[in-house]
Amino acid sequence: MHELSIVMSIIRIAEDEAAKNNASGIEEIELDIGELSGIEMTAFNFAWDQAIKSTLLESSKRSINRIAGEGRCTDCNTVFQMQQLYEPCPACGQYLIKTEKGKELRVKSLVLN
Amino acid sequence: MCATCGCDANGSESIKHFGEDHHHEHDHHHGHEHHHDHGHSHSHSKTIVEVEKDVLHENNLLAQRNRGYFDAKNILALNLVSSPGSGKTSLLERTLTDLKDQFPFYVIEGDQQTSRDADRIHATGTKVAQINTGKGCHLDAHMILHAIQGMKPQENAIFFIENVGNLVCPAMFDLGESERVVIISTTEGDDKPVKYPDMFHTSTLCIINKIDLLPYVPFSMDKVKEYAKQVNPKLEFIEVSCTSGEGLNTWYQWLKQKVKVSETV
Repeated sequence: MHELSIVMSIIRIAEDEAAKNNASGIEEIELDIGELSGIEMTAFNFAWDQAIKSTLLESSKRSINRIAGEGRCTDCNTVFQMQQLYEPCPACGQYLIKTEKGKELRVKSLVLN
Repeated sequence: MCATCGCDANGSESIKHFGEDHHHEHDHHHGHEHHHDHGHSHSHSKTIVEVEKDVLHENNLLAQRNRGYFDAKNILALNLVSSPGSGKTSLLERTLTDLKDQFPFYVIEGDQQTSRDADRIHATGTKVAQINTGKGCHLDAHMILHAIQGMKPQENAIFFIENVGNLVCPAMFDLGESERVVIISTTEGDDKPVKYPDMFHTSTLCIINKIDLLPYVPFSMDKVKEYAKQVNPKLEFIEVSCTSGEGLNTWYQWLKQKVKVSETV
């Protein structure tokens, strides 16, 4: 259930940005959450609903970009879609894979008012 | 607000320090302060801010700060991770008892509740701090920062951080350790590395504990290594039994070699 501390960090980042910009509210928040980032979305949404109460994000519109996993084989350079972490290369079967996409976990943008 | 690092965490965690020869208790509670500037001169136009900030950014910065501290004092810091009951504390008890005359040791114990593990470590004569995470399921770099401040470790030491028993959440949180050591025991499933890949992927050493029980359990040493290698082809293995002592010398050699390497860097 590390999702709760992830949500708390997101709230802190968003409120810090709002304070920096002298904003009184956050209308929208856009997040990048990769499919391989280790975030369980059910747990994330549960934590989100509880944690945003009495914060600037309480009534913000939230959009999430789910980024699909993509790996590159360090042996044969094949780039392929990864459903799970550490799948073998579909071309040569090796396991030395560099994860190129899907580990993202960041606050992408905010709309402040 | 915490004066040393400016943190405003409202964490329910607490840190207790156990001295080598005296009991010194220090509960670290953070007050939660809310600073919202509700200025009355703000305009009502919308501002779009491209934040592009990693959610773990703050943790990673504090982890690098811890890492710099360990590096500067030539301290080998090891983050021990495993499921509950794999034998992290038993491994530490044996190690501290057997090697305490050769290295200065420090231990941070992470558990949700109680100081039972810290009491076991304290009994070996080692300086230990217990972090109780309360509802939290992992240690983070911020907790470690405060624990180190209270412990003031000397140079050339070995610093063990025993994480909360959990194969999922601690994987995401860098503490500033030199290396991560994952422990698995023969009473667990040998397919654990592929079921919980993050932890095995981010570790450099895998200790397989309770090998004295191998004749009684359906655990395949070949299979566990094969699965772990799929997740992390560079992973090293050491097989031990903290009960019989078998294999512990290999682990001690690994530690000594790591200390030597960090001395020459």
